[in-house]
Amino acid sequence: MSNSKEWPLWEVFIRGQHGMSHRHVGSLHATDAEHAIKNARDVYTRRNEGVSIWVVQAKDIAASSPSDKGPLFEPASDKIYRHPTFYDIPDEAGNM
Amino acid sequence: MKPLFEFLLRQGDNALVLGHRTSEWCGTAPALEEDIALANTALDLIGQTQLWLGYAAEVEGAGRSADDLAYLRDVYDFRNILMLEVPNEDFGRTVMRQFLFDAFQVPWLTALCESADEHIAAIAAKSLKEALYHLERSAETVVALGDGTDDSNKRMQSALDVLWPYTGEHFLQDDVDNTMFKAKIAPLPVSLKPEWESTVRSTLNDANLKITDSTFAHSGGRTGFRHTEHLGHMLATMQVLQRSYPGATW
Repeated sequence: MSNSKEWPLWEVFIRGQHGMSHRHVGSLHATDAEHAIKNARDVYTRRNEGVSIWVVQAKDIAASSPSDKGPLFEPASDKIYRHPTFYDIPDEAGNM
Repeated sequence: MKPLFEFLLRQGDNALVLGHRTSEWCGTAPALEEDIALANTALDLIGQTQLWLGYAAEVEGAGRSADDLAYLRDVYDFRNILMLEVPNEDFGRTVMRQFLFDAFQVPWLTALCESADEHIAAIAAKSLKEALYHLERSAETVVALGDGTDDSNKRMQSALDVLWPYTGEHFLQDDVDNTMFKAKIAPLPVSLKPEWESTVRSTLNDANLKITDSTFAHSGGRTGFRHTEHLGHMLATMQVLQRSYPGATW
């Protein structure tokens, strides 16, 4: 790390309601995991947004490279039969 | 003054004065995350103030509102303990004061949940959830900074040395306390001292901080006998709008 006085960066994931999955909401700085959860509570759940918080250090996330966009994602763009749009999902099934 | 009114002012003014002091950090805290956390704490305390002073105004029955009590009383009418009105100084002292207060508030509000006065029990139950989070956060920060670098340890030690003589005021006892106790509205504050002390001592021990031997206690705030010179300056800022434009609303 270039400057050891800077707190590490954490990515924050919040679950909005039971049954939904955690969604990435943003990032913040904190000294350790517990501190990051507390900060996430104060920064990202002030308006009743969440029932659960996950944090992970940004450096621990492996990401795809933007330059690989073509080979990674374009082959899927003409395969519409993979989309489940030909089915009617009953309301009782809830969020998919 | 009715003892119940006096008692409610003590609760409300503690929350109001600490809430205002904490809000002074808005936009200037050492890290963005701490800034918003302090603002949240300040808002929690101001929210509690509305409940306490709202009930106080009702009990007084003189047609005043919570806003009137907050913005139109002068220094000698305030009933907060002195520790809460001393200036923030630095982040270390702000966090230390919050911790010393939270360590009292948690057992105090827990006890008030059993109050014979249902309105007080309801306010306490709502405030307790906030106080529990405040204590968790402030205790953790006291340990992180006390047990941090030489500089942070030194600042936390000097914050503790300044604030310690103010902590005794929590546990003083007068006719108001006796009346509340007899009516089963509130416990005697001194009965909470063992729990407060055990929280404080174990946290400060983890934080590598030493408590001074002195048992001297500043007092006068909760009875209104005497405040520090700082409260007047704070109220001048806090009340300037209502003082300059009486009745202003938006």
